[in-house]
Amino acid sequence: MATDEKQPIVQFKGILKRFGNVVAVEKMDFDIEEGSLVTLLGPSGCGKTTLLRMVAGLEEPTEGDIFIKGIRINDTPIHKRNLGMIFQNYALFPHKTIFDNVAFGLKYRDVSKEEVNKKVTRALEMVRLPGVENRMPSQLSGGQQQRIAMARAIVIEPDVLLMDEPLSALDENLREEMRREVDNLQQMLGVTTIFVTHDQREALSMSDKILVMKDGKKQQEGKPETVYNEPANHFVADFLGHSNFILGEVVDVDDHHVTVKIETGDILFAENKGGFSKSDQVEMIVRAQRFDAFPKDEFKPVEGMNHFQGRIKDRSYMGGEVSYFIELGTDREIHVISMMRTRIYDIGEEVSVQVSPHHCHLILIE
Amino acid sequence: MKQFSIGWSLIRIYTIIVYVFLFAPIVVVIVLAFNPKQFGIFPMEGVSFRWFIKLAQNEAIIDAFKNSLVLGTLTALLSTAIGILAAMAFIRFEFPGKNTLNTLLLSPIMIPEVVLGVALLLFLRFLQQPKSFALLLIGHVVLTLPYVLLIVQARLVGIKTEYEEAAKSLGANAFQTFKEITLPLLLPAILAGALFSFTISFDDITATLFWATAQNQTVPVKIFSMLRLSISPEINALGAVMIVLTVTTPLLAGYLSRKFSKVKT
Repeated sequence: MATDEKQPIVQFKGILKRFGNVVAVEKMDFDIEEGSLVTLLGPSGCGKTTLLRMVAGLEEPTEGDIFIKGIRINDTPIHKRNLGMIFQNYALFPHKTIFDNVAFGLKYRDVSKEEVNKKVTRALEMVRLPGVENRMPSQLSGGQQQRIAMARAIVIEPDVLLMDEPLSALDENLREEMRREVDNLQQMLGVTTIFVTHDQREALSMSDKILVMKDGKKQQEGKPETVYNEPANHFVADFLGHSNFILGEVVDVDDHHVTVKIETGDILFAENKGGFSKSDQVEMIVRAQRFDAFPKDEFKPVEGMNHFQGRIKDRSYMGGEVSYFIELGTDREIHVISMMRTRIYDIGEEVSVQVSPHHCHLILIE
Repeated sequence: MKQFSIGWSLIRIYTIIVYVFLFAPIVVVIVLAFNPKQFGIFPMEGVSFRWFIKLAQNEAIIDAFKNSLVLGTLTALLSTAIGILAAMAFIRFEFPGKNTLNTLLLSPIMIPEVVLGVALLLFLRFLQQPKSFALLLIGHVVLTLPYVLLIVQARLVGIKTEYEEAAKSLGANAFQTFKEITLPLLLPAILAGALFSFTISFDDITATLFWATAQNQTVPVKIFSMLRLSISPEINALGAVMIVLTVTTPLLAGYLSRKFSKVKT
């Protein structure tokens, strides 16, 4: 899967973490390439934070090894790991000025006084908050505090930057802004970053690679496009984005298409990406945004496309788009998010829905 | 409440009565300390510092005062030092028997002081050691430790471990983290705990009666023995001094800590 041959800077080898009888992280192998931003994504309690804290040295793995720059660091105490850590609640030292906060890590590294001043000033410029050296953390807003936390972490030039849900304490608009800022900063510095989040939008927009986790188990790893468009299983498809799941059986396979007979008896086509054969039980995953809905009487079916007839059961207007639940002939319904190219359909209106086989992703049911 | 209402008036009167009951005796002690007459009774015949002067010349009381100050200070130092360490262990670490140990350390609050006083004496007897200043100090540390522990623990719970984790991730080792982060954030609680220990030690009589020797009398013990002979106005003067001391120390400390701590967490 990895196309560029970069040396992995962080490596997990057979990592397992148990708290008492509870397995927080199931045996896991995972590599992180130098300079990349990797997101650990999953619902709360999936083990993503535990994984991060093991890199930081705040938790010890029960089994397995962690390597940073090819050196096993299991037994290296946290303060010797040279990592920058950013916390959800910023964790700025409340009794220290901004200058002392940012300069804190430099105290334990052989840095002369003039160097410290220079580095702190530069770090504050990088997070676009110059001149706040003498303020106290409580005098800054949440977003500003998080920027100072970033400055404090990057000023020590860490090997790896660890971020534990750094944006989730911020309000919606600020989060968007900070997301771009973190992204820019990470690219500017080229520092390897591990980013823990439960927010799929953060993960999709920032990451070079996403590791989706559930119940301590790796579900899928890959580029954002891969994880989104080719989810490895039901969970990944469900967790990322709005998906429709249609159960069926493969009835025919040719060079281009897999033909699937679904529960309703309808025949649908999916692009043949290989790996399926006749009479496989499959689940067809279609993103809600991939459907196009047309008024029934204006609809002209296109050859090779999948299409349904249905009736609008429910809709919610979301500004830029409209989310519809469309009732098909039987008691099935599909979720369609339409970009409102034409008009908003009324509840009860008959519509035709079309989706390209290219957007129909199949997974095997074991 | 601008409106006339019997309920509110009653509450007001009730409150005033409670305060009068609380503070009238104290005021009487202080006022009578300035009474020039031999007997502490009203009406007063003028104002005089006679008993204060006599107090300052009473070697036994001055000695007791010194004892109390030294004992209180040492108790405060020891109790806070032990209290901080214990609180760190209880809040930041997991170990078997933690809850039992915690309860044991807090138990002196619940055990009657008389029992505590006798128990420590019996223990000393068992060890075949004489009564000494060290015994008094140990006793007072036992008495005051629970208060320090409670105050420091409560504060420590409120200090998020993220601060310490952040400091460690930035390169500070465990000791540096404690010195740079935990200790400064704990400071208000430490000051409060030290003050509490000092005042409790300075005030204590019940247990101290059992532990004090002739050379190690504290002020309350001295007052108690003086009262057995006669009610001298000197005691009023001593009472006045002690009241001023025990009231102003915490107020002063509170003021100072507010002045020097620039931050609130």
